[in-house]
Amino acid sequence: MTREPQPLFVALSQVAPIPLEVALACRPGELLALVGPSGSGKTTVLRAIAGLYRPATGRIRSGSETWFDGETGVVVPPQARAVGLVFQDYALFPHLSAIDNVRLAMRHVCEPERSAAAAALLARLHLDGLEARFPDQLSGGQRQRVAIARALARDPRVLLLDEPFAAVDRMTRERLKEELAALRRSLEIPIVLVTHDLEEAQALADRICVIHAGRTLQTGAPDDVRLRPVTPLAARLMGQTNVFQGVVTRAAGPNEQGRIRWGERALHVAHTGVFRDGERVAWLAPSDFIAFAAQEAQDDANVLSGVVTATKPLGEVTSLTVRLDEEESLRFNVATREVRERGCEEGRAVSLRLMPEGIHLMPPDS
Amino acid sequence: MDWTAFTLSLKLAFWTCVLLLPLAILLARLLAWGRFRGKSLIEALVMLPLVLPPTVLGFYFLVGFSPQSDLGAVLAAIFGEPLVFTFLGVLIASIIINLPFAVQPIQRAFEAIAPNVREAAFVSGLSPWETMRRVELPLAWPGIVSAIALVIAHTLGEFGVILMIGGSIPGETRVLSIAIYDSVQAFRTGEAAVMSAALLAFSLLAITLVHVLARRPRTGSHDA
Repeated sequence: MTREPQPLFVALSQVAPIPLEVALACRPGELLALVGPSGSGKTTVLRAIAGLYRPATGRIRSGSETWFDGETGVVVPPQARAVGLVFQDYALFPHLSAIDNVRLAMRHVCEPERSAAAAALLARLHLDGLEARFPDQLSGGQRQRVAIARALARDPRVLLLDEPFAAVDRMTRERLKEELAALRRSLEIPIVLVTHDLEEAQALADRICVIHAGRTLQTGAPDDVRLRPVTPLAARLMGQTNVFQGVVTRAAGPNEQGRIRWGERALHVAHTGVFRDGERVAWLAPSDFIAFAAQEAQDDANVLSGVVTATKPLGEVTSLTVRLDEEESLRFNVATREVRERGCEEGRAVSLRLMPEGIHLMPPDS
Repeated sequence: MDWTAFTLSLKLAFWTCVLLLPLAILLARLLAWGRFRGKSLIEALVMLPLVLPPTVLGFYFLVGFSPQSDLGAVLAAIFGEPLVFTFLGVLIASIIINLPFAVQPIQRAFEAIAPNVREAAFVSGLSPWETMRRVELPLAWPGIVSAIALVIAHTLGEFGVILMIGGSIPGETRVLSIAIYDSVQAFRTGEAAVMSAALLAFSLLAITLVHVLARRPRTGSHDA
């Protein structure tokens, strides 16, 4: 029943009806999050992997097995792909009990063993005792777990999750995320998760693939994608707000200190990467590389003064907007406790330090 | 009480249901999910028996089934006898005039099935045929039951078309509704009253039974 886990390769390309330019790979045991705004084509990619959508050209492979090849015309139907797909609204069979939902996807298990195997799978997802319930007798979280159990029932080569937490309340979502994080450690297959929730992607994924308008912009470890986006667009899609334009004034390698000009200011940066002196760049100051600075540190080029224009409490952290001049503002999160201790109400003058090691340079917006 | 007419009515209703249902299910499914040219025309044709007077339908059947017509000659060759004034002719007419009553409720039921539930079946490894048997038909069951109830009721009550194409031949085409009409024509009002009451009672019984069946108990089917 178990087979050697295989990596998943996907390369899709088409102009219409939905533009697609997608390339991604997912190793066995890896969780890859497809992140992008609504309508960016994430779900279409997932449906293409499952065989429910046929792109114009491209290739989808699970190890050495080709599921789709636009050139040779290979199109393996969804029934033969051994894919587990958890739909956004779960799409459980409403006329079947939880265990029958799972049993129906176990056609490869011989009949006498099917019920026991389905019950074991439900127990693995903490659904023991609920086998006989029908979907409309289950809570949102329980329905999601039945959907995951049904997706795993096929002993799939790939597990696909389409916004699996969108249909449940916040408390249930947190619990289900923890459960998924625990479950995936026991799965040795590629897992692709579609989400528009960046926190969810950061918390669950080994790698994140950013998609916009049907195009994969960047794939990498969560922190790589968040802190070192390839373009200002990728930065903004990853929720970064402190993206500005500047000019390199001193190019520098990894162990040197470079400089960029930002309006009237000159900022130290850790290194300038591929950018040369005089080159226009976009740069990013991630929130976690911005800190309050002591007043006496004013001779540090990266210490900037400004006025708090907005405070937005987000629970344990507070989002602060600090206006530096007529044009530019910085937004960053600080511990709510620190905001309280410093008395950072709106209108208050503050000094901030942009840590040079966090400043990341990118090609400017074209 | 004309028992021959009564059993003939039941026989007609039974065979109309048995032969029409598979056809109606396939047609309803095609109309619910299919995207093709001429779909509106097919939908209109299916609905046509609902809007035309029975005499008009009966007239066209009479002309079409008559061995003097080309179509009638072909049909007579296929079935080995002319279709006019025979049970077979009445049955074929009954199937056609019952199309809208069977197709409409089943089509609505198929349309109510969420597309991703079918996709979930495909992704769960079920072939299109298994998906239809294990997912689509059970979910469309209330619509199918409604169709059965409507077809039974409509067949038992049909009068005009059967009279036009079948006449009133005892044991062949003289169904209960026609026997009632004949009794009234011959001033045998008592007999007509008994048969009317029998038709009423049976129709009520049949439709009640069908609706009881529609409330299928939700026990886990263990033949998955």
